Amino acid sequence: MASKRGLFGSSLARKYWMALTGLFLITFLVVHLLGNLAIVFGTGEDFNAYAAFMTSFPPIKIVSYLLYASIVLHAADGIALARQNRAARPVAYGTYNGAANAGWASRNMALLGIFTLLFILVHMKSFWFEMHFGTLGLDANGNKDLFTITTAAFEQVWYTAFYVIAMVALGFHLWHGFQSAFQTMGWTHPTYTPIVQFVGRAFAVVVCGAFALIPLYVLISPNV
Amino acid sequence: MNLTLKVWRQKNAQDQGSFATYQVRDISPDMSFLEMMDVLNEQLIAQGVESVVFDHDCREGICGMCSMFINGEAHGPDRGVTTCQLHMRKFNDGDTITIEPWRAQAFPVVRDLMVDRSAFDRIIQAGGYVSVNTMGNLPDANATPIEKHDADAAFDAATCIGCGACVATCKNASAMLFVSAKVSQFALLPQGQVEAADRVRNMVHQMDLEGFGNCTNTGACEVECPKGISIENIARMNREYLKASITA
Ligand code: HEM
Ligand code: SF4
Ligand code: FES
Repeated sequence: MASKRGLFGSSLARKYWMALTGLFLITFLVVHLLGNLAIVFGTGEDFNAYAAFMTSFPPIKIVSYLLYASIVLHAADGIALARQNRAARPVAYGTYNGAANAGWASRNMALLGIFTLLFILVHMKSFWFEMHFGTLGLDANGNKDLFTITTAAFEQVWYTAFYVIAMVALGFHLWHGFQSAFQTMGWTHPTYTPIVQFVGRAFAVVVCGAFALIPLYVLISPNV
Repeated sequence: MNLTLKVWRQKNAQDQGSFATYQVRDISPDMSFLEMMDVLNEQLIAQGVESVVFDHDCREGICGMCSMFINGEAHGPDRGVTTCQLHMRKFNDGDTITIEPWRAQAFPVVRDLMVDRSAFDRIIQAGGYVSVNTMGNLPDANATPIEKHDADAAFDAATCIGCGACVATCKNASAMLFVSAKVSQFALLPQGQVEAADRVRNMVHQMDLEGFGNCTNTGACEVECPKGISIENIARMNREYLKASITA
């Protein structure tokens, strides 16, 4: 019983881990996006050099293991909590007006999260797996040529469509999730909470929007 | 007003239950929702049908008994009121109104619209109190200075009437708003400090044991709460629990 009251197992503890891993994943999104911008603003060699750096520089390798663990923990806890939530109301209402008192994103976090997880799996198969275990050619600088398979993937309409839809889902996930994580940790304040909320929503739109524009750019632009 | 009512009927906790449809006529817009239910019950009794069982007591918005989920919302479409304070003028002539009991694993249906909310009592028993020795010379309560802001926030939290609308309305059937109000009313006052860490840990533990869901910060509870309890209390409880878990 004792452990149930501590930092593991209880409903609140699980939420702390959700919030902390979620916030960590958010910081990762920024780094990831900056790298992706090389596809638009740099050359293929720049992008490959960035990818080579991310997979070889030791401190980043350590952080990447933390990242994998965070995704697993966030997803596992999220699904476990969502299952408990379903069990907490075994008989559904005949009429339930959820929109009367809560936003759409906040009511669909598990669905949005599971779709994001699906995207992460496909995404890692396409690029991460190829980078680590696939047989990629080398570019002019001798780096693995991730750029070629990336742009090739984005030239496919269905792949880009899936990518864009996933970014919309992640955008909604963060529209609610960013500020929600602060609330979960108890980091609220009459002055700062509205700012956190605004920053979170702006982040969701700008970052997920930028992610989505890159494959669209590749698809539409004749040069890449 | 003439209305069609779709009312949940269930004989006991084991019964499956189902909706029954009734018509009521000549309802005054000035009636409270419970008075309208009284009219329905009079009518059913006259017809030799079992009347609809629902909880109520004070009929003035202070006891929290009148649990009804009306047209998909706890206590119906009005804000900041219980069912007994909801007036029929919020509805239109000819409306169909769906009336259901609170739905939660932790609030089993006793009969019709009446549910068992003793899970809340057990959460209070787990820590929602201060231990006070009332023997001998008691110090003057006003001798302990309390900042006005804290006193007001504690009082606001203490206005929770334990109605369970927060649980009923939450898509996760989470009891966080109730528990956080009961934690906050003590956490903000000097008298509550002594047992603060044990209180929050034991109450959250009991909340989990009762089978309430987890909070996803949708904020639906504070919109539907008849007493306007803010989810700022949930953030405070999250802080209190974190503090208690780290230091214990
Ligand atoms: C890059 C990917 C992701 C980011 C940045 C992210 C971020 C966040 C954040 C910040 C929260 C708010 C935490 C809180 O309310 O305390 C959250 C909640 C949630 N996430 Fe994610 N998430 C990601 C992926 C996922 C995945 C893959 C899943 C599941 C399969 C998932 C499921 C959930 C669920 C169910 C919640 C609601 C949890 C709750 O409030 O109790 N998320 N996420
Ligand atoms: S917090 Fe509000 S809705 Fe929940 S039990 Fe208390 S008064 Fe009712
Ligand atoms: S009957 Fe007491 S609050 Fe409605």
